[in-house]
Amino acid sequence: MCNECGCAVGTGKVEVRDGQGIGTSSQPDAGSVEVLTGILHQNDHQAAHNRAHFDGHEVLAINLMSSPGSGKTRLLEATIDAIGDRVRIAVIEGDLETETDALRIRAKGVPAVQITTGQTCHLDAHMVHDALHLLDLAQVDLLFIENVGNLVCPAGFDLGQHANVTLLSAAEGDDKPAKYPVMFRAADLVLLSKADLFPVFDDFLPARATGHVRALANDAEVFSVSARQADLLAPWLDWLDGRLSSLHSGAVLRPRLVQGRTNHGHVAP
Amino acid sequence: MHELAICQSLLTEVAKVAAAHGVSRVTRVSIVIGPLSGVEVPQLVRAFDLARLGTVAEAAALAVENSPVVVWCDICERASPVPANALLCGGCGTWKVSLKSGDELLLKRVELVAGPNPAPINAQHVKGGCHVQ
Repeated sequence: MCNECGCAVGTGKVEVRDGQGIGTSSQPDAGSVEVLTGILHQNDHQAAHNRAHFDGHEVLAINLMSSPGSGKTRLLEATIDAIGDRVRIAVIEGDLETETDALRIRAKGVPAVQITTGQTCHLDAHMVHDALHLLDLAQVDLLFIENVGNLVCPAGFDLGQHANVTLLSAAEGDDKPAKYPVMFRAADLVLLSKADLFPVFDDFLPARATGHVRALANDAEVFSVSARQADLLAPWLDWLDGRLSSLHSGAVLRPRLVQGRTNHGHVAP
Repeated sequence: MHELAICQSLLTEVAKVAAAHGVSRVTRVSIVIGPLSGVEVPQLVRAFDLARLGTVAEAAALAVENSPVVVWCDICERASPVPANALLCGGCGTWKVSLKSGDELLLKRVELVAGPNPAPINAQHVKGGCHVQ
């Protein structure tokens, strides 16, 4: 794949906007240098590169994030069952250990690459890039990147995805967006998962969860979904179809980035 | 727990600046961090003490500028300082605001000196009283 583009990993240009006080003729440059570059410049650079791959192959890339056990893999299995016959799906799985999730996806006949991060709490753009080498993007329409189950760290790292989808399951409590504002502010879509369990967890109020998302100045849609009930999966599938249509019509796929509203939007490409 | 990874990225950028100016010694690294960046400053400072060892910033101090969370309301035409999980206009209470500051994760300034690195001068040491079993 990367023979096509050269993969200039890690050669990001450092922007120096102020040379005041630098150097004299008798010694190497020294002094105080204003830099004003993103601390995650290298990751953001790689993410832009990944995104160029996705765009070049007309692949819609979705970053799935949530706490562990909220149903990310189960949602993917149900999504494959529902649309796998008409949309070519691939999955990159991120976990600290085991290949369990990738095996579940492959059992559905869908290519899956497992990234085991050891003790690293998030995926970064370089890990995803390595995984892309193991996929044939020419044969993919829709790539899911299932991030490490964690409501904190994954939000900080751009992977090159077109959209962040964050799950919040019924058992977790509807105040999670208020407790993890960085994660839920980064969400382009929030899925209240395991909605078939709402009658059991009757203190989980979808409207209250949505209110907490709005309080982060986030207008992302919030759907109640269940991988067990077709009628509760439909809004999610419709959203995916809309995004796939946007991809093929050349519409702006990352409007939040254009607005500078994703994390570190002011330094992202 | 991703502060160490953030620090390693920071030091990569610092090393680029030092190399671009032909020096091997950095005395001060100034960064801007907002609460909505997802980075905890105390953990970042501790991670920096470890991550800087063996780098051009081995003896560098880390100066952290905390950026407040401030939103702007187009309706009221006013800026409001707000908590990280309540990005609401201080005037009318709407959530339809834009973030003016608070998500920064920025390397702002690097102070460079010609010459070799001295021994680290301000590493944080674990003081007594830690009773982790």
